[in-house]
Amino acid sequence: MNEQNLISVAFLLSVLRGTTPLLFASLGGLFSERSGVIQIALEGMMLMGALAGATAAQLLHSPWLGFLAAGFGGMAIAALYGLFTLKFKADQIVTGTAINILAVGVAPLITKLVFDTTGATPSLAIADRFSFEPTVMAAIALLITVYFYNKTQGGLLLQFAGENPLALTAAGYSLQAIRWSSVCICGLLAGFGGGSLSLFLASSYSPNMTAGRGFMALAALIFGRWKPLPTAGACLLFAVADALQIRLQGNESFLPVQFVQILPYLVTIIALAGFFGQSRASRAPKGLGQ
Amino acid sequence: MKALNTLQKGHLRFFCALILLSQIVQAENFRVGLVLDKGGKDDKSFNSAAYLGATKAQKELGIDLKYVEASDTNAIENLHRSFAKKDFNLIIGIGFAQVDAVKKIAEQFPTKNFAIVDGEINAKNVKSLLFEEQEGSYLVGALAAMKSPSGKIGFIGGMDIPLIRRFAVGYEAGIKKIKLDAKLTTNFIGVSSEAWNNPAKAKELALSQYNSGVEVIFVAAGASGSGIFDAAEEKKKLAIGVDSNQNWIKPGFILTSMLKRVDIAVYDTIKEARDGHFAAGTNRFGLKSKGIDYAVDQYNEKLISAEQKSQLEKLKEQIISGKIVVPDYYKQNSKPTK
Repeated sequence: MNEQNLISVAFLLSVLRGTTPLLFASLGGLFSERSGVIQIALEGMMLMGALAGATAAQLLHSPWLGFLAAGFGGMAIAALYGLFTLKFKADQIVTGTAINILAVGVAPLITKLVFDTTGATPSLAIADRFSFEPTVMAAIALLITVYFYNKTQGGLLLQFAGENPLALTAAGYSLQAIRWSSVCICGLLAGFGGGSLSLFLASSYSPNMTAGRGFMALAALIFGRWKPLPTAGACLLFAVADALQIRLQGNESFLPVQFVQILPYLVTIIALAGFFGQSRASRAPKGLGQ
Repeated sequence: MKALNTLQKGHLRFFCALILLSQIVQAENFRVGLVLDKGGKDDKSFNSAAYLGATKAQKELGIDLKYVEASDTNAIENLHRSFAKKDFNLIIGIGFAQVDAVKKIAEQFPTKNFAIVDGEINAKNVKSLLFEEQEGSYLVGALAAMKSPSGKIGFIGGMDIPLIRRFAVGYEAGIKKIKLDAKLTTNFIGVSSEAWNNPAKAKELALSQYNSGVEVIFVAAGASGSGIFDAAEEKKKLAIGVDSNQNWIKPGFILTSMLKRVDIAVYDTIKEARDGHFAAGTNRFGLKSKGIDYAVDQYNEKLISAEQKSQLEKLKEQIISGKIVVPDYYKQNSKPTK
């Protein structure tokens, strides 16, 4: 592999592909956390989205219907999460962990019923999966989120719910309604993220195929200070590190590959520790978890 | 009334007999517990082969088979223990990750018989099933070199562990036998057991290799392999499958598969044990015993010319006769280097 290969169209495409699932999931996390609901269940929502997407695309022979199903799959899990945390006021961290474990456990049950396999779906024909479309949709989702977050009343209410839930209630808005819809949107987007994994980056669902991408998306959200554009930038950065790591592997290079692999996490920890910007905006929504 | 009573009694007797009978049948049946690795029975590769061998034994030998999949490495020991505690006669662990667990449980349950694939354990009740992966890797390496005019060839492994290095070293030797100036690019998917189950990452690695001019990629990465086959299909290049015959997954894009007949090893072990001939010790499967081979079937026969086939068969004979000694990473490594 030659050096000029590092910056090339192929590299750029590789970065964009890697960004896609992360961006969907971290935008989902943004909705949830901005409304004041801690969201560590992104991994489970992605897994369920990946499974629903691969299953629907396999049965209906359409990547688009699969992608739609992925969104609904994520949303179903998100609704369950909402039921426990918003209605029954369960601890959000504990519930989130439980949801992640649940998703891993439910998947084999579903594949057993539908395909008689223990956890993997059959691989999709090339016509039944995407070649680039999810990346475009992720970009559209980003644009809509940026507009909604900055320019609309809904965006303000969303931030309000996370910053000062009591004041929001006093002003006559329903906190529950805002948080419920945010969590559902979160599930939808994270499900799309999972769908772009199983329908685009791979060609089937296989157990645990998210491989920690849900948590990486959460890290991107935190690194991006809970704001849409910086969060997208963080996703891009993580994807660059990953694509770079792939290209540096097997080459004699000045940096050990393992170091490049830990870069995104290292940057996140530094960012969290507060090295970057002590301003108010860098902090988490104040009402998070309340 | 009386008639009804006799009828009921008759029924009762019949049911008692039935229950008794079923218990006898159950007691007589040979029970096998199969602990699969994290890839699961549908990885279409290593674990699928083991499952195939065990289900064949179930059908043909009438044994009772129960299989479980290790959801994570920490669960393996418990899975073995729970099989050992129940009345299972033979417990088979699939994969290098299970060596420690089998060693420990076999010691605690000396009356039970165990088998381990891809690991060596010295115990009176454990049979170790090892494969000479380097021999098959050598052959598919030679074929890859024949199919690659530019000599740019790739290898993608799951984790960077000695077992996978063994594939890579044999593969490279095979390539160099045909094309001395060939360039091999070696990549590994990850550093944790997620590497066996990350097709998205595997596909990115494969695309990166194909984009840099690589023409054939040999993959030894469990369920991640599907990502490499997807990349081969999209880029219209060639890939080489592993463990099971994977030629059917993407016909025309999978040059061949290096067969590791875990199915035969598992089946034979179950058969021996059921017939009362369980023998502890190490069994090695290589080209000679057909435990290692390369796959030619209707899905890839058009990709391999008669000339290439005969050349491969010649190499195969030379390996079996000992004329060619394929470098073995395990042996290389046991010697002090430098």
